[in-house]
Formats: sequence, structure tokens, C-alpha cells
Amino acid sequence: MRILVVEDDTILSDGLRAGLGLGGATVDCVATCADAEAALATSAFSAIVLDLMLPDGSGLDVLRGLRRRNDRTPVVLLTARDAVSDRIAGLDGGADDYLGKPFDLDELSARIRAVVRRASGRAAAILEHGGIRLDPGSLAVTVDGVPVAVSRREVMVLAALMERPDVLRSKAELEERLYGWQEEVESNAVEVHVHNLRAKIGKHAIETVRGLGYRMRAPA
Amino acid sequence: MRSLRVRLFAILVLATGLIWLSAVAWIYLGSKREVEQVLDNRLQEAARMVSSLVGAVGGPDPNAGARTFPAPTAYERQLSCQIWSLDGRMVARSTGAPERRLTDAPAGFSQREVDGETWRVFTVEDAERGVRVMVGDRLGLRERLVTDLIMGLVTPAILMVPLLGMLIWASLGRGLRPLRLMARDLAGRDADDMSAIDASRAPAEVRPLADALNGLFLKVESARRHEREVTAFAAHELRTPLAGLKVQAQVAMAATDPDVAKAALRQILAAVDRTTRLVRQLLDAARLDAAGETPSLAEVDVGALVTETVEGMRTPPGVRTQIDPRLRGYILRADPDGLRLAVRNLHENAVQHMETGTVAWGARPDGGGIVVRDEGPGIPEDELPHVTTRFFRGRHKSATGSGLGLAIAEMASRRSGLSLRLRNRTDRPGLEAEILPG
Repeated sequence: MRILVVEDDTILSDGLRAGLGLGGATVDCVATCADAEAALATSAFSAIVLDLMLPDGSGLDVLRGLRRRNDRTPVVLLTARDAVSDRIAGLDGGADDYLGKPFDLDELSARIRAVVRRASGRAAAILEHGGIRLDPGSLAVTVDGVPVAVSRREVMVLAALMERPDVLRSKAELEERLYGWQEEVESNAVEVHVHNLRAKIGKHAIETVRGLGYRMRAPA
Repeated sequence: MRSLRVRLFAILVLATGLIWLSAVAWIYLGSKREVEQVLDNRLQEAARMVSSLVGAVGGPDPNAGARTFPAPTAYERQLSCQIWSLDGRMVARSTGAPERRLTDAPAGFSQREVDGETWRVFTVEDAERGVRVMVGDRLGLRERLVTDLIMGLVTPAILMVPLLGMLIWASLGRGLRPLRLMARDLAGRDADDMSAIDASRAPAEVRPLADALNGLFLKVESARRHEREVTAFAAHELRTPLAGLKVQAQVAMAATDPDVAKAALRQILAAVDRTTRLVRQLLDAARLDAAGETPSLAEVDVGALVTETVEGMRTPPGVRTQIDPRLRGYILRADPDGLRLAVRNLHENAVQHMETGTVAWGARPDGGGIVVRDEGPGIPEDELPHVTTRFFRGRHKSATGSGLGLAIAEMASRRSGLSLRLRNRTDRPGLEAEILPG
């Protein structure tokens, strides 16, 4: 899961980067509306955590611009103004959820997972496919009821594939979801993760479509 | 008189009464003159008539005694007629006429008191027949005539006075209705309703009041909005670092990697420092807001104050502070606490925007005021007018700034009887702040 955090407070955005990262997300942080626009124009995100009061404008403007472009990336608003009118303006502006500062990191993670789930059209929190279960909250993976130890990056690959099991995910797409801007990506990183996953959850669980990407194999 | 209605009522009734009394007096005098003239004419005419009648019936019989003849019926009670021979014998008199001679005047008008009554008499002398015809009436009677006339006017008017009063009272009530409606509208408002009164329907006299009230509403509303904004900003500025603290603390607890946990703890320390400073600044700003407009001025040794203030502050290793020795002994008339606050916030602002360089405190060349120059990026020209607005954070904001420092410096300078001038340095990038007397 790749998340864009738009927050001008360095300590808070640093904490979100580390905290959401612990929850298995890749986090990119920007501090201004302009940088947020630039990030949104170049990369795709699973969700956006948006502060309302930014140095060069209101987060609401970023949000409205996003929705005007028909971008349906889920947005969780983060703000210190918690008057009801502010909340209404935020939700009417196209936000999917709203959290007042200060907030609980676990609650924010849960809300992000919820809006992402809703955006992908799933109702259940647990991803399930042919005997494989993935809990995005705890990052726990089981195969036929047996827990499997999987690394953070591997879970992210698996989650990306399981969210829409029938959709092909290209290598570039998976890379983008796995790594933030500042991270070095080795050219075969995705292949390595898929290889490791296959060893852990079953050789035939993930299907490779040569030159196009990966998807979950339909259960027999 | 408290009530406008009662007051207007009294004024109107008094004025109406006065005008009305003057009118009565005028009518009285005019009628009296007119009546006198008419009655005089009547006397004259009657005398001539009698005189001509005497001519028609022949001269008086010298041997006959005085006889009486009936006066013409219309004048029966009002006019009296006497006919005297020129040698002083009464020849005849009308019934009711006094027996004493009405006048000694040989001819024309005259007045005389006879039997306790004043008579006005017109005398015609007929030398040919040797008689004088005198026709007179009582002045009292005339007076009564005029009085009756006036009473005829006054009586209905007096009966009308209560009616007039009621009418005035009701009209005033009606006329003052817009005021009453406005008062009811205002009384019925709740405290948050600052919408303008509809002045377009108000009468011209009430409109200035409505306009003034609307102006007041606008001012109150803008003051409230300002307050709300400041509160909202303060909430934001406080809650954001608190959110950072909480998130970092949760990261520190959840992290399995000791480096991540340590980094989070370091961030927590930084956040506590920042929040402490922010709280101090918020308190400073609130204290400045609460302080009266009258500073307690004293002779302040600027050099000592700047040195003492600046030395107690932490600066990053790359930043040097320089205090011009000429500042020592420089005396400025100011509020010492306010000046200290201004100096501290200016210094803090300068230090915050520099990684390395010098913050230089000195005196203005002409000796009027203090100047501090930093070697930071300065402030974009278009933002200069706004940087002293609370919570304004421009494009060159520092990571740890709150948007309060320059606002406090400006406010503290003003409250200390000084003024603050900010501008960009011309010799190199950097901000130059001057604290000027007066």
C-alpha cells in the first residue's frame, strides 16, 4: 500500500512515515499543496492523508482538484480544526474520512485500510483467495489455516495482487506500490519477492504472464 | 422626560396650545375693534335717524315736558336715545334711557359714566330746530358682545382639546412605530446574529441610527471573526505538534528496530521543545492582548537588555551573535518587559532562519533606535506587510516556527511605546529589523 502524506509539520510527517511504514505501507511525505499536486500527477497512491492547513493553501483545494480530475483515490483528512462545519466541508469536498489531531496512529492505519477497502469495492477486511488469507491490519498471512511468516514487502506484493485477484499487476506498478521516492529499487526486486512468496504460499499461487506482469491464479 | 413619545406629545400640545391662544387673542382684539366700529356706525346712524325723525314731526314743543318714545325695537335693550333742547332741557328720551344727560359734548363721539355705567354716545346737533340728539350704548354691553363672540369660538375648541390630545398621542404612536419595530427586532435577536438591520425601509430620521448600528455590527462581527481565526490557528498550532508527539511515541513503542525507536524519541524531544516554545509564545501574545494600552515607560539601557536577553538563548553552533559595543549605555525610553519580549522574538526569528552566519545587534546610525540584521533568506517583499499577522507563515518559514514571533515582536514594540520596521537587507540576503522610538 502506497500512501501520500500531505503535512507541513516535519515531526508529524516523519512520525507518519515511520508509523504507517510499520503497518506495512510505503509512505511519501510532502509539505505543501504544490508538492502534493506534483506527487499526485506523477505517481498513483492507494490513499492520501491530507492536512487541511498547509502553508501555501488549504488541503481542501487539493482535494477538490483531485475529485475534479475524477481521481477516486481515497482521502483521509487530518486536521486540528474539528468544528462540525469543518468536518462537513471536508466530507462534502470529497474526503472519505476525517480525523482530528491529535489522533491515534493505529486508528489512522485502520481508517486508511477501511477507505482503501471501500475504494476497491470489497466489504470484508480480510483478503482471501483460494485458501490464502491476508489480514491487512496485522499483516498476518495463513495458507489453509496455517500461519506463514512473510516479510513486509512480500505482504505488500501479495496484498496488491489479492485486492483484485483477476487483474494483472505490472512489475512497474508493484514497484511503485512497494517503494517510496527516496528508496533505491533493485531491478529484480519484484521478481525476488514473488519468488519468495511462491516458496511460502505455494508454487502455483501466483501466475506470471510473461512481459505483462503477475496475478493470482484462479483456484482450481 | 424619558419617553420620546411623552416628550413629543408635550411639545406638540404646548405649541398647539400657544398658537391657538395667540389666535384667540388676535381674534379677540380684531373682533373688538371691528365690533366697536360697527357699533359706532350704528350709533351714528341711529342718531342721524332720530334727528331726521325729529325734523319730520316738527320742532319740540317748548311747553311740553319731557316725553318718552319707544326706541326702534331692534335696539331696544342696547341703545338709548335722548333729545335735549339747546338750552339744556330734556325734550325726550327712549324707554330705558337714563334721565341724566348722557354727554356734555356738543357733537360727535364721547364717553361718560352715567349711573355707574360707561356710555358711548354720539351727538347730533340740529341748530335749526334747537335740539341735540344723543344716542348711546353701554360699553359693558359691547364688551359682552365681544366676549360672547370669543366664547362661541373658544367653547368648542376647549371641548376639542382632549380630542386633539388623543389624536396627537395616537399619531405619535404611529409615527414612532418604525423605532419600536426596530427595537423589537433588536431585542429579539440572539447574541450571534450580526446581520444588518434593513435600513431601506426605515424612515430618514431613523436611518442614521440603523446605519450606525449596522456599522457597529460589522465591527463586532469582524472582531469576532478575528478572534475565531486566532483561536482556530492556535488550536492548529498546538494540536499539530501534539499529534506529532503522539504518533512518534507510538512509533517508538511499536518499533522493533532500536534505531527507529531512537529516532522517534529524538523527534519527541524536538516536539516537546517546540511545543514548549509555542505555549510560551501563545501566553506572551495573550498577555500582550490583555495588557492595557498604556505602557509603563522607563529609561532602559538597551545594551544591557539586549545582552542579557540574547545570552540566555540557545543558538545553533553555526550561528554567531554580535552585539555592537556602542549599544552599551544607549538609553531608550520604553517599557522594559515589552522591549525584552520584542528583542527575544526578533532574535529567535533571526536564528531560526539561519544555518550559519551572524545575527548582528547594533544602534541605528543616527542613534534613534536599535537594529538587528540576520543572514537568513529574508522575507519575500509581498509577504513583508503580513509577517506581523499572527500565525502567518510565509514561503521562507522555518521548520520550527509558529508564525507568532514577528507578530509578538511587533505587538510588544507597539505596547512599549516603540515601533517595529522590517525590511530586507540591501547588501545581502537577510532581514533587517529596526525598533524605533515613538
